[in-house]
Order: sequence, then C-alpha cells, then structure tokens
Amino acid sequence: MLRLPSFAYRQPRTLAEAFAMKADAGPDASYVAGGTDLYPNMKRRQQEPRTVISLMGIQELEGGKDGRVEGGAVLGSCVTLSALSNIPTIQHSYSAVATAAALVSTPLLRNMGTLGGNLCLDTRCNYYDQTYEWRKAIDFCMKKDGHICWVAPSSPRCWAVTSSDLAPVMVALGAEYLLAGPAGERVVPAARFYKNDGINYLTKQPDEVLVDVRLPATGDWDAVYHKLRRRGSFDFPVLGVAAWVKWERGAGSRERVAEARVVLGGVASWPQEVPEAGAALRGTVLSADAIAAAAEAAYRPAKPMDNTDFDLSWRKQMTRVYVTRALEELGRRRSTTR
Amino acid sequence: MPDTKTKIDFELNTEPVEVAFAPHKTLLEVLREDLGLTGTKHGCELGECGTCTVLLDGTPVLSCLVLGLACAGHHVKTVEGMAEHGTLHPLQEAFAELGAAQCGYCTPAFLLAAEALLATSASPSREAIKQALAGNLCRCTGYIKIYEAVELAAARMRGEDAAPRKESLYGVG
Amino acid sequence: MASGKKRTAAFRVIGKALRKVDATAKVTGVTRFADDLFLPRMLYAKLLRSPHPHARIVSIDVAKARALPGVKAVLTGKDLPIPFGILPVSQDEHALALDTVRFVGDPVAGVAATSEEIATQALDLIHVTYEPLRAFPDAVDAVEHPDPVIHDYADAGNIHKLIDLEFGDVDAGFREADLVREDLFFFEGNTHLPMEQHAAVADWSPDPSGKLTLWSSTQTPHYVHRALAKVLELPPARIRVVATPNGGGFGGKSDPFSHEIVAAKLAMVTGRPIKITLTREEVFYCHRGRHPTLMWVKTGVKNDGAITGMHFKSLLDGGGYGSYGVASTYYTGALQTVTYPVPRYKFQGARAFTNKPPCGPKRGHGTPQPRFALEVHLDKLAEQLGLDPAELRLKHLVPPHSLTANWLRVGTMGLGRCIEKVVGGSEWKRRHKQLPYGQGIGLACSSYITGAGLPIYWNAMPHSGVQLKCDRGGGVTVFCGSTEIGQGSDSILAMIVAEVLGLDPGHIAVVTGDTDLTPVDLGSYSSRVTLMTGNAAIQAAERARDLIAPHAARKLEVPEERLTFADGRVFDVERPEHGLGFAEAVVLAEAALGTVGTVGSYTPPRSPGRYRGAGVGPSPAYSYSACVALVDVDPATGIVRVPKIWIAHDVGRVINAASVMGQIEGSVYMGLGEALMEEMAYRGNRNVVHKIPSLLEYKSPTTLEMCDVVTYVVEDPDPNGPFGAKECGQGPLLPVPPAVANAVYDAVGVRIDEVPITPEKVFKALRRKEKGEDPRFGPTRFPEIPWPEPTRVPTPSEGGDGTAVGPKPATASAKR
Repeated sequence: MLRLPSFAYRQPRTLAEAFAMKADAGPDASYVAGGTDLYPNMKRRQQEPRTVISLMGIQELEGGKDGRVEGGAVLGSCVTLSALSNIPTIQHSYSAVATAAALVSTPLLRNMGTLGGNLCLDTRCNYYDQTYEWRKAIDFCMKKDGHICWVAPSSPRCWAVTSSDLAPVMVALGAEYLLAGPAGERVVPAARFYKNDGINYLTKQPDEVLVDVRLPATGDWDAVYHKLRRRGSFDFPVLGVAAWVKWERGAGSRERVAEARVVLGGVASWPQEVPEAGAALRGTVLSADAIAAAAEAAYRPAKPMDNTDFDLSWRKQMTRVYVTRALEELGRRRSTTR
Repeated sequence: MPDTKTKIDFELNTEPVEVAFAPHKTLLEVLREDLGLTGTKHGCELGECGTCTVLLDGTPVLSCLVLGLACAGHHVKTVEGMAEHGTLHPLQEAFAELGAAQCGYCTPAFLLAAEALLATSASPSREAIKQALAGNLCRCTGYIKIYEAVELAAARMRGEDAAPRKESLYGVG
Repeated sequence: MASGKKRTAAFRVIGKALRKVDATAKVTGVTRFADDLFLPRMLYAKLLRSPHPHARIVSIDVAKARALPGVKAVLTGKDLPIPFGILPVSQDEHALALDTVRFVGDPVAGVAATSEEIATQALDLIHVTYEPLRAFPDAVDAVEHPDPVIHDYADAGNIHKLIDLEFGDVDAGFREADLVREDLFFFEGNTHLPMEQHAAVADWSPDPSGKLTLWSSTQTPHYVHRALAKVLELPPARIRVVATPNGGGFGGKSDPFSHEIVAAKLAMVTGRPIKITLTREEVFYCHRGRHPTLMWVKTGVKNDGAITGMHFKSLLDGGGYGSYGVASTYYTGALQTVTYPVPRYKFQGARAFTNKPPCGPKRGHGTPQPRFALEVHLDKLAEQLGLDPAELRLKHLVPPHSLTANWLRVGTMGLGRCIEKVVGGSEWKRRHKQLPYGQGIGLACSSYITGAGLPIYWNAMPHSGVQLKCDRGGGVTVFCGSTEIGQGSDSILAMIVAEVLGLDPGHIAVVTGDTDLTPVDLGSYSSRVTLMTGNAAIQAAERARDLIAPHAARKLEVPEERLTFADGRVFDVERPEHGLGFAEAVVLAEAALGTVGTVGSYTPPRSPGRYRGAGVGPSPAYSYSACVALVDVDPATGIVRVPKIWIAHDVGRVINAASVMGQIEGSVYMGLGEALMEEMAYRGNRNVVHKIPSLLEYKSPTTLEMCDVVTYVVEDPDPNGPFGAKECGQGPLLPVPPAVANAVYDAVGVRIDEVPITPEKVFKALRRKEKGEDPRFGPTRFPEIPWPEPTRVPTPSEGGDGTAVGPKPATASAKR
C-alpha cells in the first residue's frame, strides 16, 4: 500500500491559530484543505512537509455556502466542490463556476476537494506525478529532486501544466481572491494570482491562505466553461476553455460584444488568457466569422507540451474546436435567455 | 514526535470507537489495520479508483485520502455497517441477486456510493446512477448489473414488489 | 465424457439465474482477499526494482538497509538463484535479478521489516551499481538489432520465438481467387488492471521438517506450487498454496511471480509470516498483458466472398521475459480458421524480447489482435466485392463438427445464429451505410477456445480433478483446485453437483484453490474452468449417485434404474411419492460402505494435429460471438463514442444465467476499453519508463464511457461441454474492437487499422481524407524477419494425417 510519510498534523480553529502554527513549523509546513491534491503528492514524495496544517475547521474559510450574490458572490475557499456546484444561486448566476466545479474529477473527490484547493492545485506533468521510485528511474526532474525539465530538456524552466478547472473560469470572470497572512490581508485579481512557471506557479506567499473568492456582480455578462479530457470523470483537463463576454447595452436587436475574455487551462503553467481572442470578438455580434477569428487567435499561443494525456499536436488543434464551441454556446445562451 | 500514536473517538457504523494510531495514517489504514475492518478495499491509494469509498457523515469519500485524525467526532460507515440484524441491505440483496458483484473487490465501494445516492434520491434515473457512480471503477461487470441492482433496490426501498427483469438475467431471446 | 448422460428430465438447477455461492460474502465485505489476511508477528515485504531498462548488475550493497532498525531480512538474486517461468520452454525469470535487469521495474532485492514504512525506507538504502546496456523499446527495434541479446536462448538475436506453419499451398489459393487483398494492422498492448493489486502472505512452520504456506491472489495455485518447489528446493509436499479469491484476474495473475517467491523465502529466513502487497505501479510492472502486435494479412477470395487462401504474419512485442509468450505467439495464428472456412492457410509468427514489463495472457490470450485484423480485413474485402459484411459472413461459416485446415476440430458452431440475432436486433440492414455522416454501425465476429487441449507442462494426467464428500446430514462438499476470480467458478461446481444429485445448490459446500485440500485443477485461464471442472464434477456426482442408489433401491424395494435424484430426494420415477430424503439415502450408503466420497476428473480429447506447434489452438469446444457496434464520431475532433453494442454469444449451454450475462457484459466492457482508450505506453527515449503506471492515466472506462449492451445468449450444446456448456468469459471481448473500427469507417469513411482507436488517429485519418490521401491510420510496414523453413502440414482435404511432411524445419531444435 502506498502510504503517507510521517508528519505532525495540526487542526487550527482560526486563521490566527493557523498562521501561528505555520510560523512555528517553518518552511517544512504545508496547509491542507480537502487533501485530494496534497496527500497523493505526499504519498509519491513530491511534497514532503513535516507538519500539515488543516484548514478545514476554520470558520473564516467557510463562507458563501448560503449563495448570497448581492453585488457579487463571496465564496469561502473551503467550500467543497460538490457543495459549490450545488448552490442554486451559483448554478443560476455563475453557471460557469458551477459547471467547472462539477467537472472536477469524480463525485467522491468533489465531496472532499475544495474551491481553494482547486484554485491552488499543484501544476501537473506526467514526468512529475509519479512515485519516488519512478522519478528516480529518470533521475528526477527540476520540479522535485532533479535538475532538468524532461518535457523540454534544454529549458531553464519547468513546464508542468495548470490543471485546475476553476482557475481559468475565475480569470475569465475577473474574480478576485482574498489572501490572508501573518502580515495582513490583500485582494488580488485571479489573473495575477498565477504565474507561468511550473514550479512557482502562484504569487501567493507560502504562509498566506486563500480565504475567499469574490465573484463580480451579475450583469450584462455571461461565461461558459468547456473541458477536454479522455473520460467523463476522473481526468484532469488537457484543455479547459473559459469564455466570458460582456454584452453592449443599447438600442437595436443585435447586441454586440463590449468586452470578451478567452482563458485556456491545460496548455501552460498558468490559466492562459488570450487577449487577441477577446479582441477579435469585441464589437462583433459573435458571428461565425468573429468566432473563427477568436478561435484562430486562441490556437496560436496555445502551447501544449508532451506531459499530459493525448498527443500534443492534437491538443493544440482542439483549442480551435473547443474555443469555437464555447463561444457558440455563449451565442446560443444569449438568444435563448433574451 | 510525529510517529507517536494519537487517540481519537469517532462513531463507526453507529457504534462509538476509540482508537490510537500514528498521525499520518489514513482512514483506510486505520479501518483495515487498527480496527480490523477489511471490508474497505483499496486499488491505488491515490484517489484514482474509488475502491476505498466509505461514508463520512453520510457523504461518500475516498478513505485513502482522509486522514484518520480528521475523523475525530465524525461518523464513518463502512460496508460492515450495511446489513442490520443479520438481514442484508436492499442494495446488498439486489447486488447478490443480479450478480452485480463478480470478483467483489470494488463492491463495498459501489454499495456505499449507491446508498448515499438513494438517501437523497428515491427514484434516480439511469443517468443519475451513472453520474453518482462515475468515481468508482469496476473491471468485471461493465457496470450494467450494478445499475440494474441499484434500480431494483431503489424500487424495493420505495416499497414496490420489484423483481429483476428477465432480460437482465437471461438476455434477449 | 459424462456430460449428463442419464439426464432426460428438464433441468432443475442448470440454466437458472442463481445467486452465486459467494455472493453474500462479497456484498458484505466478508470475503477475505490476500491483503485482508493479518497473521500474528507478521512482517511486511517490499521489492527494490530496477531503475534501468537493460543493465548488468555490477554490485549490490545491502549493509545499510540491513542495519536499519526494524529490518529483519534483505534478499538479493544470489539467495534465489534457480530460474523459473510459467512455460517449461522459457524458464527465464529469477525472483530477484541475478546479474541482468531487463525492464524498469524488474525486481532486484527484497526486504522484510516490521512495517511497510520501514521496508520502504530500507529500499532506498540499498545501493546497486549498474552497467547500462542498450535498451530495446519496441519489437521492430529488437528484430533489427540482434545485439546485445536480452536473453541468450532466443531463436535468433532478440527474436524469442519464430514460427512458420503452412497448411496447404497458399499461393495456389491466391491464384484461384477473384480478389486478393493485403492489409497491415497494429494492436497496441494493454493490461488487465484488476482492481485488486496482487498480494501474498507467506508463513513458514519450521517444525519438524518445515512447511510453507502461501496465500496469494493467483489464478494458478498449482503452477505457483510447482514454481515454489523448484526455486526454494522444497518437496511439493511441504508447500501449501492457497489461492485467495482474486479481486479480478483477467489473466494477470496466471504466472508465478517474483513477489510470491520472495515472500516465501523471507518467511523461511525470518521465521515470521510475511505479507507483500504490490502498489498499483508495481502491478503495471507485473503486467503479462496483451502483447503489442503488428500484423500483416493477405487473403484471396472468390466473388461470393469464399476464402481461397490466407497468409497471416504477426510480430509480438514480448517485453523482458518469456511468460506465456510462446503460446501467445502461436495463438495469434491459431484461430483464424474456426469461423469462416480457410482451405489453405499459412502463418508466420515472431515474438521479440524488448526491455519492458513482460507480456502474457490477457482475456482472449493472443487472439483479440488477429481477430481485430481479420474482421476489419473482411469488412474491406466485403466492400470491394460489393457484399454486405453480414451476408458475406453468413454465407461462409465453418460447418459444425468439422476439421479446419490447421487441424482444429470444431464441435457445435452457433455463429450463424449469433449473426442473425445481432443483425436483426440492431436493424443492421436499415442502418449500415445509411446513417447520417458521423454515425456508423459495424459488425464483427469471433471465436474462442473453451480450455486448451494441452496442459502447460507435458503430462498425461487430468486437467481437472474433483472430490465429493457426502455428509450424512444431506450436505455435499465439493473439493476442486479451481480458483474463483470473480467469474463464478465456485458456483458452477455447486450448481452442477446439485443438478446431478437433485439437491438445493445451497446445500453444497465448495472448497477450492488449496493445494493441500483440493485435487489439482490447472487454474483459471484459457476459459477452461466451467468445461473442465464441470465435467469432473459431473463424473464425481454421477459416481456418488451410483454409490448411493443401490442402497436406496434396496430400502425402497425398487429396481435401481427406476430411481431418480431430485428435489432433495431419491424416489421411484413411476411413483414419485415413494422415496427417501437424500440424507436418509446417504445414511444407508454410509452404513453399508463407510464414508461416502467419490472423485471425478477430466482430460480433454486428443487433438488430431500432430505437427510441432499443434499444441496451441485445439480445444474441447469453441464458443462463437457476433457483435454490432453503433458509434458516434465527432468529425471536428475525431472523438468516438459508442452508445450501444449488440452482442450474441454461443455459450453451448447456460449453467448459471446471471453469470453468463455478467461475463458477456464484462467482456464487452473490456473490449470497449481496448477499442477506444486502453494502452500500455512507454517513453522509449526516456529510459523506457512506463509513461502512465497509474489508475488515473491508464484509461479504464468509467460508467460514463460504458455503452448500453443488448445481449443475446445462444445455446448450441456441445457434446464435449458439461450439459453442453462452452465458455463465455473471454470470447465476447474479441469482436468488440473490430466492430467499433468497422463502425467508425461506416460513420466517417476512414479506416483506423490500429487499436486503440483514439481521437488523434481518427483526426489524422480525416485530415488525410480531406487532402485526398489514403483515408487511413495504421502501420505502413512489416519488418524483414528471418523466418525459418516452414513446417508443411497437408490439410485434411488434401488427405493429410495431421503430421508435417518434408524436411524437418531448421529451427526445430529440442526447444519444445
């Protein structure tokens, strides 16, 4: 049986207690929420904290379950993915969030995994997500215990991929994250929470905790999320497409796109926004031509590497198809909801 | 000392238990190794197969990724807690009747995941059953007998006098 | 054989859908799998595995590991120097590598410690110095590079086995044909992936001369027994192997394994019970799954589709060891002839050693690959001839009770009825070639053996034995060496004995898979168990009846011939009310004779083939399947979904209806996984590591990928089967991949001549079609192979007698 290494387990009741425990335990301590990312990594010795501090008993992290949305919803980071996908107001007003949450892994894992855990999900790579013994057979990689990135051996950086379903949605929506640490609180836009580096993929400091996620007020915008993977459950996205549009208010039956964002998951170390795709949609009525132009724009910078399921050239090709389908869905939703 | 055993209390199959174990042990390990309940199985210990499913406060979870210590004060239900007073749970009965358990290794997990489904949905559609069981892998059955068993048990739990369909047991013509 | 010879009345047990004898234990979690065993003072073992695909071991230093507190013993290759292997011709494995490692994951050292954690820590303290050797990532590379050799006993360089068999003049067959077609196919390797990871517990009792007990999740306790005796140099009488219920097998637990032998040796060395449970990753290294197989087929047909000759070549990627590979290689050429008449047939097969986990028998052993090739090839031939693929097959079926060109004796043959069922049920005629673009329907057929005609090691003894003990309380206990792997073999024994003795199956106790307690059955492989243990059980039960009947007859004052055993009674058929309870009858017999016990056994009929290589293919009976698959292909992505499959299977006779349904549906499931997504992938340029040794990345279909299945059970009782039964646990897998491939062609007009049919392949083929290129994805070349001089065997229609003619083939050394 694959087992966890030994460690000390702490269960703080408040954030202040958590920070104190973290300060006490030092750099070898790790926060854990649902455990569905950290514990497998620990069993494979990808992460080896000596102290594990559970965030699951902390009230401050459990907000949002009531689904209140005035002026935008606030979702506590420790809400489970199952709970999140079942909050009626989230399903109704932030359907892309509910959809993405419901597409994570399996029902069992979603009963344990949390919103915060998915947003902070370790980047993945099939040279890295392997046991200690396996990684030893290739002399390890730079993300853990080694010096080279096997995906691109001449590269100075690690190419592990963001595999979160919710992160691209949050970036597309323009959500904000509240972080708290011993030095105080700060709010960062979702897009600035991530870095395109497989190792240092978050701007969060190690002692900071993601407290909650603030979704923008509902209004004249809409968003969808499409996920590509081999199977209908278990699998991480090899491509996630979050598409967001803001419709231009005004006269005339043909409403136009005032603003749009297309964000790709699974093709880089961070949720990759493709500004050119958004630009291609601005001012259009989301016509087939505009969608094709946006899809083409999204296709170009997508840079899947040979470190997930599926052939990388096919994954790149699929960017076009999935961006097209996501935008087409937005178009259909507009015509049916208005 | 990280390896020093810690003692916790929790409710296991409706009975209080007290057990001491090293802090890094998972619920799966505690159940099998410290409490002797080997009905909970394991296929990967990484949350990738669903074989170790148990109910934690009624919710199906992966016991290989739940820390034993996190269960203090909670209620855990395993396959050993399904039959009552020597009578099989309707799901167990239906699984046995339809041959939904072949090798039987993933069976405890499927039973518990299905029990959680039926607790919230008395008449789940076939699609709802597939979705609810999409986190449990079975290599023997092709899942079909499992769906049919869940449907049969659900009907009986609704008080219907249900029997397996003839095509389920004998095929078509 | 005694297949229910005295039976005239309707069956009371056979054919019903009965609850399996182990069903309650399985649904309550009571069934004890190997890892569920905990013995007092038990230690935990772990294996150190090679990080190199191919290397010489220069030195091993275990001092630091031995010194770790809690470590009780460390073993290396020199502690277990005797080689073993499942086939007598390939005794090429060592429990721990002696001097060479042959794949990443090859075991090198074993540690026993007081906890699994300490044993794992100790592995990292063992220092092994390796001298890397050139590694061979695939079969073509191994064929083309004979040096350095992976094993020194191969037929040629790194080609483990070379086969060349010729039945009749194939070229003459091609000359007679109206159309000759050649195709290349590739079937990627895949693995069994039982949900239970292999586990074993060993216990050594030192007094007085020592007795070893091994509980293991094995499908073949008898072969494990033999391997332990050989490697540990113990008399078999001092070894007991108990097969624990297998949490899925599918062929993956059919070899004697390193971990079993190491656990046993560690128990002997430490004097304490040892448990070893493999991790999921290690299960991928045990493997013994489907051989990646490259195939070339050339067939001549008349305008009506009648085959005039066939030439089939296969190249198997064997991995680092022999395992069942020689048999697998023969199987890729054996069963082409049992579905449609092939009057002249040539088969050339080669198996290469490569530096990957060894391949072996997976559900369908060596036959799903050629069946995929053959059925897609036939679909192409039908199209070229302008014939409906279903009609072509129906028009040319091997006649029942006939001999094939390669000397296989076919018994009952229900393929025609199977085709009619699935064609009717799926509305084939209305749908084929008529569905909208993106939707398609495909048909394929297959056949599989019901047990192999020969045992794995040559011997003249029965393949299956049963002992029966009748209790004076009316219960009966069946003892048989067979192994319950989820297929329902324990229940078959209870049902068959209950039928013959007229008892309630609930009154039959079954003891199986224990070399101390049960007579030998060769194991749960090659779909042999129902037929062989069933026939043995019928014989034992009929003997019990014959033993008991005279005493009941005397008491009832009725001639013995008028007695029947039914409903728990022994009574006069002419006056059913005049009778005794079964228990009373046993009491009479026991009073007169002493303990009432009988034995039964089964040996398959001798095959008419007498040539070298004729040992693989013969079976007491062949099952038949036909399958229609409906697919949806997304032309923009190449993603294939299979919403529905119709499958008909000729099972001869149903013993337990619920089990038959479960086996057929389960076979369709596994076939669907192989067709669409399952593959053993390696990184040839990165030390030949397994790319995805996990349940997350090795893609096993979930509830959301599994299709609806409409199952037709066809019964055409075979005289060799118990009550006419044939197999159903493997055959129905075979037609699924080719049916899906043919349906994809029907949907979007591209040929995917390679399994699995992944979106990338469909997408590439669609691209080629758009560009006006060959709308196909598949292999393009079959490498040059130094085939030996063929073994020429005249066919039955040429007046042959089953033996080869002419000069002995060049490589016919004493190897087999």
